[in-house]
Amino acid sequence: MRFRIYRYNPETDTAPRMQDYEVEGLEPTMMLRDALLRIKAQDETLSFRHSCGEGVCGSDGMNINGRNGLACITPLGELKEPVVVRPLPGLPVVRDLVVDMSRFWHHYRSVRPYLIVHDPVPEVEFRQLPAHRDRLDGLYECILCACCTTSCPSFWWNPERFRGPAALLQAYRFLADSRDQETESRLDELDGPYRLFRCHTIMNCAAVCPKGLNPTKAIHAIKKLMVEHAI
Amino acid sequence: MKVARRRFDTLVIGAGGGGLRAALQLSQAEANVAVVSKVFPTRSHTVAAQGGINAALGNVLPDSWHWHMYDTVKGSDYLGDQDAIEYMCRAAAHLVYELEHAGVPFSRLEDGRIYQRPFGGQSQNFGGEQAARTCAAADRTGHAILHTLYQQNIRAKTHFFDEYFAVDLIKDDEGFVLGALVLEIETGEPLLIEAKTTLIATGGAGQLFRTNTNAHINTGDGMAMVLRAGLPLQDMEFFQFHPTGIAGKGMLITEGARGEGGYLINKDGERFMERYAPKARDLASRDVVSRAIAIEVREGRGCGPDGDHVLLKLDHLGEETVHKRLPGICEMARIFLGIDPAEQPIPVYPTAHYTMGGIPTDRFGRVVVPVDSGEEAIPGLYAAGECACVSVHGANRLGGNSLLDIVVFGRAAANDIIKFLRENRYHRPLAQDGVDAALAHLARWDRKTGSESVAALRAELQAVMEEYCGVFRTAEVLEQGLDKVLELKARLDDAVLTDHSRVFNTARIEALELENLMDLAVATVTSALARQESRGAHSRVDFPERDDQRWLKHTLFYREGRRLDYKPVRMKPLTVEPFPPRERVY
Ligand SMILES: Cc1cc2nc3c(=O)[nH]c(=O)nc-3n(C[C@H](O)[C@H](O)[C@H](O)COP(=O)(O)OP(=O)(O)OC[C@H]3O[C@@H](n4cnc5c(N)ncnc54)[C@H](O)[C@@H]3O)c2cc1C
Ligand code: SF4
Ligand code: SF4
Ligand code: FES
Repeated sequence: MRFRIYRYNPETDTAPRMQDYEVEGLEPTMMLRDALLRIKAQDETLSFRHSCGEGVCGSDGMNINGRNGLACITPLGELKEPVVVRPLPGLPVVRDLVVDMSRFWHHYRSVRPYLIVHDPVPEVEFRQLPAHRDRLDGLYECILCACCTTSCPSFWWNPERFRGPAALLQAYRFLADSRDQETESRLDELDGPYRLFRCHTIMNCAAVCPKGLNPTKAIHAIKKLMVEHAI
Repeated sequence: MKVARRRFDTLVIGAGGGGLRAALQLSQAEANVAVVSKVFPTRSHTVAAQGGINAALGNVLPDSWHWHMYDTVKGSDYLGDQDAIEYMCRAAAHLVYELEHAGVPFSRLEDGRIYQRPFGGQSQNFGGEQAARTCAAADRTGHAILHTLYQQNIRAKTHFFDEYFAVDLIKDDEGFVLGALVLEIETGEPLLIEAKTTLIATGGAGQLFRTNTNAHINTGDGMAMVLRAGLPLQDMEFFQFHPTGIAGKGMLITEGARGEGGYLINKDGERFMERYAPKARDLASRDVVSRAIAIEVREGRGCGPDGDHVLLKLDHLGEETVHKRLPGICEMARIFLGIDPAEQPIPVYPTAHYTMGGIPTDRFGRVVVPVDSGEEAIPGLYAAGECACVSVHGANRLGGNSLLDIVVFGRAAANDIIKFLRENRYHRPLAQDGVDAALAHLARWDRKTGSESVAALRAELQAVMEEYCGVFRTAEVLEQGLDKVLELKARLDDAVLTDHSRVFNTARIEALELENLMDLAVATVTSALARQESRGAHSRVDFPERDDQRWLKHTLFYREGRRLDYKPVRMKPLTVEPFPPRERVY
């Protein structure tokens, strides 16, 4: 099978280049990560992040034939040759397929992604009805792979100020939690023309999320909450 | 040689559930703490834990911490230390409530309390009816816990060194641990982190085996660092094979699948666990179920064209339960097998899963070594989580007890560290020899001559461990295994990297990881060869019985001269009567 892989090592390369590889003996049910590991066994200089191999750690988001996804759960059988693999777009490249995620983490931290409760805590658990707990489904599963945010045109154009779909999904994860007591201030923080409102419902984010999550829906829900709280 | 330095009160190596729980406690106590992790914290392998965390909340069925303790002691095949087990089981409910308060999105019962499911080896009333003790966030409990702990650490302003690789501990002549040499992966620059206390929380070493449920990064680095520092590892022969890894691939199918009512069948459609564990059946302890599956396959009752696996049946539970309670499993089965478990059974086989052995600690998380009169703590050194051996799991860990172990002993270690810091206010002078040795270790990979490749050696090592140190063991096979592992280790001396660049050089990281795996493989096989009995996960065909007379003791392995030593099991709990060894039936 044929692969074209983005290569860039700041110590030796003046500019990025695409390198072709041919790998024998791959099966269609194998994943792209398996192929990359084979390539790395031949050519140690190829760098990429990966760990769990089962789509739960979020390490190996990359751009695969033009679309963001996780290498470890992308079956080779679904890919057109040559398979073109690039780093996630919209973030600075450190080396090869490794991007600098600082900006992504900055936005994540900025939405205060943690439960805030002011009431004294009970001896036992907070009660949360199943119907309330169900509201967290589709939100808490986010693995912070950045596939969504780096496919969002609004983020490419406003990377400093627009929080991006992943962070906004997390913002909503806490707004939606019946236990959280910072609704007002969370909403206030997202107000203004950029942090939230740069989303133009382009929907790239939901289309690429490897966990099947829908940041667009979460963004809508935040907007709706804002309207409700304004009146 | 000069190297950049940073100083902290406490260094935590590892940002899985164990490291993060400790860091949270320390940050909240306003200790100046640095957390070093070779991957971004939420990429740590705790994220993959599925089924849940044990605590006798009694939300679904009656329960008590004392029954939990009994099950854990029995599950450990009596090799667990009963003081530590009592401590853990007593603390469990509180720790789980704390996690809930911190934000973990547990699944809920109708009345809003935490959902609990039955897991293997759980009983009411000291061996009676099945209990339901495992608190779950669907089948993504590890993800939920890891993310929540990371989030609360953001809130507590813990200082993180993300993507820094710990190379070696720094020790002085008096045996104090002064911190560690770490490598910033992005720049390739070494950094010396000086700390009054160091907590190792680097997780397990599932990468010792070819087919495993572990992440690529689970190479047992912290354990190997301890060996290199001249300290022993405990009970390394006890490696858990999980009964239900996806056959041939290794991804885990949680025990929760059986907890929800799934069961195993062989090629005749027989529910064979009824023969091996008449009462607990599919929810017997993991060692028991794994052996049963291996026997079924060996005796020709395996499924599939090659008869090399059995099937896990869930389709009778109804789509609603399967999709709601086990969404992660459904996703995994769809992606890796192209099936929906609500309709078709899943092919499974025992798969290397969990390192019961590890860095010897007491129940305060202090790393301990034997001295004439008993044990002594290494000043400034702590360990918690899968890399540690407290030992609450003994010869066999119960499902749901590891997530508990990491939070209970992560917190306990932090509390003891806070005490230690109060009594030791100043950094000790740096031991330059230790720093030089660690730098030399790192520089070894700058060598430009040699003929072996790291990737190839790693693959060979994993294959050897699987073949010679698997579910069933004999002296003959283990001896061959030891020869092979030693030969591979010798060949490692001749390994060379073709990439010597600095920036994000993952080849160098993998070389350092392979060195660690080699030492751990030697420790595992050596310990296994010496133990002439069958206990828990260590199953010797040539010594099929448990032998409490000779072997009710912990193994200690030292790297120097591959020396073995032994120490007694702590049979005395903190407050209750001991559970003396009995025959173990499920
Ligand atoms: C698939 C799977 C499912 C499981 N399900 C359950 C379950 O349902 N219930 C249960 O109780 N247990 C379960 N377990 C076991 C449990 O998840 C683990 O034992 C536990 O999460 C280990 O946590 P830890 O904090 O010790 O280590 P880890 O989460 O593995 O974290 C290790 C940390 O150390 C860091 N690290 C390692 N080496 C270095 C180094 N050299 N330098 C710097 N940093 C380093 C890593 O980056 C990481 O942050 C499961 C395990 C697996 C594999
Ligand atoms: S829907 Fe909004 S967040 Fe998603 S890709 Fe489009 S602009 Fe970006
Ligand atoms: S929402 Fe989906 S794509 Fe975006 S970071 Fe989370 S898991 Fe990745
Ligand atoms: S390697 Fe963990 S998500 Fe792909």
